[in-house]
This record gives sequence, C-alpha cells and structure tokens, in this order.
Amino acid sequence: MARHNPLRDPQDRRLPRIAGPCGMVLFGVTGDLSRKKVMPAIYDLANRGLLPPGFSLTGFARRDWADQDFADIVHDSVKQHARTEFREETWRQLAEGFRFVPGEFDDDVAFDNLRRTIEDLDRVRGTEGNHAFYLAIPPAFFGIVAEQLKEHGLAEPRGNAWRRVVIEKPFGHDLESARELSAALAKAFPSDTVFRIDHYLGKETVQNIMAMRFANEMFEPIWNSNYVDHVQITMAEDIGIGGRAGYYDGIGAARDVIQNHLLQLMALISMEEPVSFDARSLRIEKQKILSAVLLPERLDLHTARGQYAAGWQGGVKVGGYLDESDIPSDSKTETYAALRLDIDNRRWAGVPFYLRTGKRLGRRVTEVAVVFKPAPHLPFSETATEGLGQNAMVMRIQPDEGVTLRFGAKVPGTAMELRDVNMDFAYGGAFVESSPEAYERLILDVLLGDPPLFPQHEEVEASWRILDPVIEHWAKSGRPEAYPAGTWGPASADEMLARDGRVWRRP
Amino acid sequence: MNVDLTDTNASQIASALVRARRAAGSPAMGMVLTLIVVTDDENCDEAMRAAAAVTTEHPARILGVLRQSARGRSRLDAEVKIGNNTAGEAVLLRMSGELIRHAESVVLPLLLPDSPVVVWWPNDAPDDVASDPLGNLGQRRITDSANTTRSAKTALRTQAKHYVAGNTDLAWTRLTPWRALLAAALDQHPVTVTSAEVEGERGSPSADLMAAWLQSRLRIRVIQRSTSGPGLTCVRLLTRHGDIAISRPSGHIATFTIPGEADRPVALKRREIAELIAEELRRLDEDEVFARTIKAYVKRVATAKTAKSGKR
Repeated sequence: MARHNPLRDPQDRRLPRIAGPCGMVLFGVTGDLSRKKVMPAIYDLANRGLLPPGFSLTGFARRDWADQDFADIVHDSVKQHARTEFREETWRQLAEGFRFVPGEFDDDVAFDNLRRTIEDLDRVRGTEGNHAFYLAIPPAFFGIVAEQLKEHGLAEPRGNAWRRVVIEKPFGHDLESARELSAALAKAFPSDTVFRIDHYLGKETVQNIMAMRFANEMFEPIWNSNYVDHVQITMAEDIGIGGRAGYYDGIGAARDVIQNHLLQLMALISMEEPVSFDARSLRIEKQKILSAVLLPERLDLHTARGQYAAGWQGGVKVGGYLDESDIPSDSKTETYAALRLDIDNRRWAGVPFYLRTGKRLGRRVTEVAVVFKPAPHLPFSETATEGLGQNAMVMRIQPDEGVTLRFGAKVPGTAMELRDVNMDFAYGGAFVESSPEAYERLILDVLLGDPPLFPQHEEVEASWRILDPVIEHWAKSGRPEAYPAGTWGPASADEMLARDGRVWRRP
Repeated sequence: MNVDLTDTNASQIASALVRARRAAGSPAMGMVLTLIVVTDDENCDEAMRAAAAVTTEHPARILGVLRQSARGRSRLDAEVKIGNNTAGEAVLLRMSGELIRHAESVVLPLLLPDSPVVVWWPNDAPDDVASDPLGNLGQRRITDSANTTRSAKTALRTQAKHYVAGNTDLAWTRLTPWRALLAAALDQHPVTVTSAEVEGERGSPSADLMAAWLQSRLRIRVIQRSTSGPGLTCVRLLTRHGDIAISRPSGHIATFTIPGEADRPVALKRREIAELIAEELRRLDEDEVFARTIKAYVKRVATAKTAKSGKR
C-alpha cells in the first residue's frame, strides 16, 4: 500500500473512484462485443472523468491497420453506441492513447511488438506497467493468447504493477471444459487476476436485489419457506438467434443463459446475508448456496425444453429455428429451457425455484418473481375471492426496471369482492438512462481491481455441476418440442409446473 | 400535461397534482425528493428548465417559488406540469401581495410525504439560508455564490459566516472534477507538496474554495492569483521534484502536467447547472469536507485582512 494521499478523505464522497494509471489491450477489436459494448463504455468512462489521464487502449487483430485506422473504428463505435454525448475534448484525450498491433494469435513477432508497444506506453503515457488484457475473442483462443502473453513476458507484472485478464462468457460448455479453460488461463494468470464478465451482475437492478434484501427490515422475515411458495426466474427474449448461428447451435439456451445469468440471479435471491460486501464474503455466500442446490430426481418430469418454430412474433412473420441460416435441419439445440431446482437448507427446503429462458418468446423481459403462499384462512365468501391470486414480489431486471408488489384489494362497490392489484416502483425510465451501463461499471471495476461483481472459477464450476446432468439427460432423450414463435414456450413447460400445482406467471 | 390555476391555494394545487397523475395513467409515485427552487421573473425559466433536467436522474417534485410584486392583494397562481419528458412533477407558484412574505405556507402542504426536501436559490439567496422560512423546510440548502447580483466575494463570505450543516454552494460543486484530478495525481505520484498556487478569474468563489481546500488538506501555504478566467484557470502543486499542474485557460480542455512526463490533455469542461444540481442531490447528508473547507476559507479571509491592515 502506498502512503496516504492527503487530498483523499474517506468522508469526501464527491471524489469519484478514478482508476490509477493503466492501459487496456483489446483482442478482437472488430467483433460486436468490442464495438457495441467495450469501446463505448471506455469512452463513457472517460467522459465521466473516471479514467486516469494517461489511459491507453491498444487494439490487437489480424488486420493490416495503422493506429489511425484503429482510432477510426473506435470513433465510429463511440459515435454510434456511446451513452453520453460526444465531446471533442474527451475524444482528444482518449485518442492520444490509441495504438494498434496487427498480428495472428500464434505470431511471435506480433506479441513482441505488443510488448514493445506497452513498454512504450509506460514511458510516454505513464501507464506504469498496469495493463488489462480484454479477450473479446472466441474462448477457443483463450489458451493460446494466454500462453503467448506469458511467453512474451506480458502476463507478469513488475514490482507493484498489475496485469489482469478479462474474459466473457461462455466459460466453457460443461464442467470439464470450464476446468480446462480455467487451467489454460491459470498457466499465465493467477485466479485473482482473471475477471469473468457476466454483464448481468453489473446491472443496477441486479445490485438492487441485494439492496432490497439486506437494507430493509420488512422483507427478510418473510424471505423463507414459511411464507414463500415458490420463485420464478425468467429471462425471455423476443429475438431469434440472428447471426449467431455458429455460436449458438450446439450450445443452446441452458448453457447460454441458465448456467451464468439465471443461476447467479438465483444465488443473489436465495443466499444468506454476506458478512460484508467485499468480494470474498459475497463469493462465500454464493458458493454456499450453489453447493446446496438440488436437482430433481426425475429430470423428465421437472425440466422442459423447446425449439421455436415459424410463427408470428409481435406482428411480424418469422421463421423457425431450423429455417435460420447455417442451422442444420436436424439440429437438436434447444432455444427454450426450463427447470426446477430446490435448495437443501433450512431457509428454502420445500420451495422450488423455477428457471426458464428462451428465444422468440412473447416479449423481452427479465424478472424474478417471489410468489408467496396463499393466506391460511380467508374470512370471505368463495365468490368474493375468485379474483384473488397469490401475493408476489417481482423484481423487474429489464426492461422497465423496478419492483412490483402484487396483493389483493377490494373492488370498489357495495359487495365485498377482492381482486389482485399491482403496486409498482419504477426505477424510472429516464433515471436508468442516465445511470451507467453495466459494462462501464464492470470495466471500471477491472481497472480498480475491485472484484465483487465477477464470478470466480469455483462459482462457474459449481453451476456447471448443477447443469451438466440436465444437459446429459436431454442429449439422450430425443428432440426438443417445437413451440410457435411469439408464444410463451412449449406445452411441456406448462405441464411441468402443472405437475406441482402451479402456473407460470405471464411476465 | 399542463394545468394552469389562477387565484388558487395549496389544496387546489395538491388535488390538481393527483388528478394530473391519474390522467397520465400512472398512480405510482417513484419520486425521491422535493426540490424547491426560489427564483425571480428574470431567471425563472432557466432555473425551472435546469431543475426539470435534474429529474432524469433524481425523479422529484419541483416547486418553483416565484415572488412577484409585494403590492396589491395576496394572490397565488400556479402552473402544474406532469410528464412532458420529465420524471416527476413541477409546479410553478407565482405569488404576489402580502403572500410573498409567507411563501412557506404554500410550499409546506405540497412537500412529498417523508422524502427529503432540498431548497435551491439559483441566484440571490438570503444571508442566513438555514433560518430563512423556506430554507428551514429543507435538509439541504444550495446557493450559488458565483451567480448573485452582489459581488461573489461578499456572497461567499456571507454564506461562510452563516454556515451550518446542510448548506452547500455550487462554487464548491464546480470543483469536484478538479479535486478528483488532483487527488488522482497524488495517487500516482505520492510526493510531498511544499506549497500551492491557485489562479482564477478575479473574484471567482471556486478559486477561493480551491485554495482553502488545498490549505486545509495539505497544511501548506497557498497563493492565489487573478487571471481573466473563465472561472478557475490553473492549480499548481509545488514539489521538490517539479510542479504538478492542471491548467485550463479556455474553459474546455485542460493540460495536465506531471514532473518527468509529457503534458497530457484532459477534458475538464465547465459543467451545466443541471449537472451540478444532480451531483448535489446524490448525497443529502452533511458534507464534512465542505464544512472544513469553509472553516479554512474564513481563516484565510481573516489572515488576508490582518495582512492588509498590517501593511498600512
């Protein structure tokens, strides 16, 4: 720890956390991820004054480019996708730190070049040897890039400096491959320098789940199996797979979404209160809850999967999954997945968690619904309570971020008649617009070395351990059931809940 | 949707707010605070626009208090605005006659239940904002010494004299990006600062506060110099290894100098009022650092006075 900075005061909360001197090396600069998310987020951070003055961005790709060509690409991406307004002065500050290194991943000369570029940046921009390597490339290349970085002395920091590596999902496609991936990275980077980005965890509304649970007194007493009937976690998309055929086919909805986003959401909803909000304490609680997750014994009865067929989605006629380009006509990849999980601990015993995700569903929505048990006794006539359902608390993650409480109220009139009403808290449409993008928060956290929002490899492995048997079971049992695009999934998903005497919420 | 009420009172305004909200189809209230804007005819439009812009970050009920002529009989007109691309509600209260001395009686019934209240004087403010009947309603009172009709020096001195917890001044808010950069510079180069220089437009209250802040944090001598501005133009920290400096002669882009390294451009734009207010609303508890800075400022003013009379 450096000595105390007299201009910093813990009480001075106006001063933002600015990352120390550092730079970032971006692999895969031409991909969607880089252009739509990473580059705009870096610009937005600079625009908010959160990047250090000498911040440098080095692009690495198989292109015959000069620094200026790279700057043009970033410029276009920023103009198109940045959240904050384009300011010439911010751009100038940023653009001075752009470098580009052309080369293949197995090209030793290119990596030597990269090392020289970085050392040069340390000299002229004052990045002081602190560099993050952002691998916005297919996971198959993680191993070779990590190895090259190590071989060319890029992975190892000197003195007080740091080197970090940032990767995006998928973190493997099963337990074994996830372990291989971790091992490949571990050769070059110790596990606390590997930052796995799950952009859902950077969302304000996801962090708000923890605020709701642990900052309030009124929810905790009922947050257990005495009062909660079941929990539904939904992530629905209205789009198809678009141009991602190469990535998606053979992966499917469960690996793409449930393994990371939905299991992380489930962990945040169900975990015990962490001792503090530092990375270690959070991780301990998440791992604890994930290790207590129990799969149903009869996977055929308590899981469901589907594949979208042609249909009408929101007024547009769309093709089925098998009609998408580059998808083999006999593909068994599921585009809808639902499963029941139980948690084997005192708080949650007997409370099923239903997770579902899918493409080409009714609308785009992500939410967590905690559905409460019906009141043990209703002193009303049966006709009065016909319109009354179960109380629910819904955390709306996106879009229309907020919280909904659903409870019964009297219908105005002379008769006693009860009906469900919604009470909405809106995080506010405009409010969210000016709140930072998940990527901004996460990239800043990488540069600051602040890891609470990044899943470690133990968590990733724990979630594969949950999902692997389900995927194996599906692989053995024929084709996924077709469902028309624009609906809420296959009939088997509804049957799966009906077996437990429940129904899916229409989100 | 806009509703105009003439010759009205607080309860009619309150029911107009409820009606407008119902009509908009969203009875849910996500508003987090009440912002009272105390303004005059000349600055009213601009202030209300800035306040509306702030609601995109802090959904709020805005109550504009516009005091007009003290002559004639008491009269209250109100303009209620809901929606129109703002996340909140705005009411402009036009008062005249004897009522202008009892503005708080209109405002009090219109405050959001339980939520914090912030009072903002975009231009001239009373000397003692905390004991002002309107200021008394808020836990946060925002003044702007740089935008008053009297001299900025006098305005800041008056605020400092009457400072209590919960008061704040936009001259201080304007300094945040500067302070952040300076702190980052010392993070990067943990060297001992021996003295400092602050340059700014003559009478710039931000320059005064910057000097006071540096003095209170670093316990060193801070020299101030006047330039033609705009606002704060340069801060220099003198160390044995050379100067750490941020200079912004143009008001847009600044140069960041660190010993032994090439100069770098940094974006350091003067911010809009709405951005400053949005920053103020992020924390509603006491700003201890500002309190200590104000104390150091008062001391600096006193020392300067003694020095002057000593010379004579």
